[in-house]
Amino acid sequence: MSFFSFAWNWLKQPQQWHGSEGIPIRILEQLYFSAVALLIAALIAIPLGILIGHTGRGAVLVVNVANAWRAIPTLGLLVLLAIWLGFSVLAWLVPLVVLGIPPILVNVYEGVAGVDPELKDAARGMGMTPWQQVRKVEVPVAMPLVVLGLRTGAIFVVATATIAAYIGLGGLGRYIIDGLAVENYGEVAGGALFVVLLALAVQALFVGVRRVAVPAGLRQQEHSS
Amino acid sequence: MNWAQVPTLIWESAYLGIVPALLGLVISVPLGIACTRWKWLYAPVLSTTSVLYALPSLALFIVLIPYTGLTDTTVIIPLTLFSLCVLLPAVVDGFRSVPEPVRQAATAMGFGTTRRLVQVELPLAVPIVIGGLRVAVVSSISLASVGQLIGVSSLGYLIVDGYQRDFPEEIYVGGGLIIALALICDLLLVLLRRVLTPWRPRRARRQVEPLPIGVPVRPLPGGAA
Repeated sequence: MSFFSFAWNWLKQPQQWHGSEGIPIRILEQLYFSAVALLIAALIAIPLGILIGHTGRGAVLVVNVANAWRAIPTLGLLVLLAIWLGFSVLAWLVPLVVLGIPPILVNVYEGVAGVDPELKDAARGMGMTPWQQVRKVEVPVAMPLVVLGLRTGAIFVVATATIAAYIGLGGLGRYIIDGLAVENYGEVAGGALFVVLLALAVQALFVGVRRVAVPAGLRQQEHSS
Repeated sequence: MNWAQVPTLIWESAYLGIVPALLGLVISVPLGIACTRWKWLYAPVLSTTSVLYALPSLALFIVLIPYTGLTDTTVIIPLTLFSLCVLLPAVVDGFRSVPEPVRQAATAMGFGTTRRLVQVELPLAVPIVIGGLRVAVVSSISLASVGQLIGVSSLGYLIVDGYQRDFPEEIYVGGGLIIALALICDLLLVLLRRVLTPWRPRRARRQVEPLPIGVPVRPLPGGAA
């Protein structure tokens, strides 16, 4: 039997769709964890990235730390916090936020720091205050990278929310971890299928976000390059 | 915790980290050459790899279980797919970084297309390609630990075992060894780059270090589970 037939046999059972352990609830749980974590990560990383990109201070530190960041095993971080903090909200929130920050920070920084210096000069020459320069010129021009950072952060967070079930959390990972424990591959496959669909949906969402958030002039430039 | 098994676990982690990156490279070089030659190919191939990259690793492992069983292959295939998202842009950027005059000079010296590719363009692309390889190896080593959840052994064993036995020290050792292993591999790749590109001035290294981070318009890879 293939992956899909296992998954299908599991998810066509009506009891999977009802109650507090049903698929809709699990999807909402996973989205809730991810959205809260991403929001907090964005609230920290976007202002910080703009600040570092605008002033150029601390750039070397950010780039190097973000590079070393990749080496940290997510599973280890999650499990350690679970042992330290027990069943606290922070046990899942902290690792997810911590994971979401670096991609957002680095991309926002890159975007703001990479704004054409002539453009900045022009903004200053027009008499804009530093705040106006940031808000009206630098951030809009950096928007493609800001959205990219948010997308990457969202992908990290949604993916990690799956393994967070390992420390007793809800979400779609629940099916995977529980199914593995009782060797019910159908349940595991069903959970994995929805995780994949959710990840693809998040990516599609950010294609839409990009369309809305990136200024029209910038979009045209990209098509011609 | 049994110290005697640690060397085996280190070896397994190194294997699960390095093999996917090398396989990714074997796929990316011809694909990257094709994308440089036929430019229309690059955009669709790049979006495919970034969609693959968004898939959570645990879910992909599970998708593969019916086909490849609980073996190393089940972990290596998804990690290889993830590495493409970093390596393919690195290869393409590497080829694009070859200055046009160099290419013309090679042609004028009578190099055919293939010989120019192998003897001129490929060596000049090495720094950027190795930059991508560094990211791929480091994130694969870190991500391979998630394979432990489906029973594929690596240093992740120490994390999972430490959590199940509520034994934080074992998690510290496991996480610490994963980070150390990743950083050592990273360092070895930096040295390899220096050996392969002896013509690059060492003193200018600090400015032109081809760090994969923050190369714009590309998701920051790694870390996602």
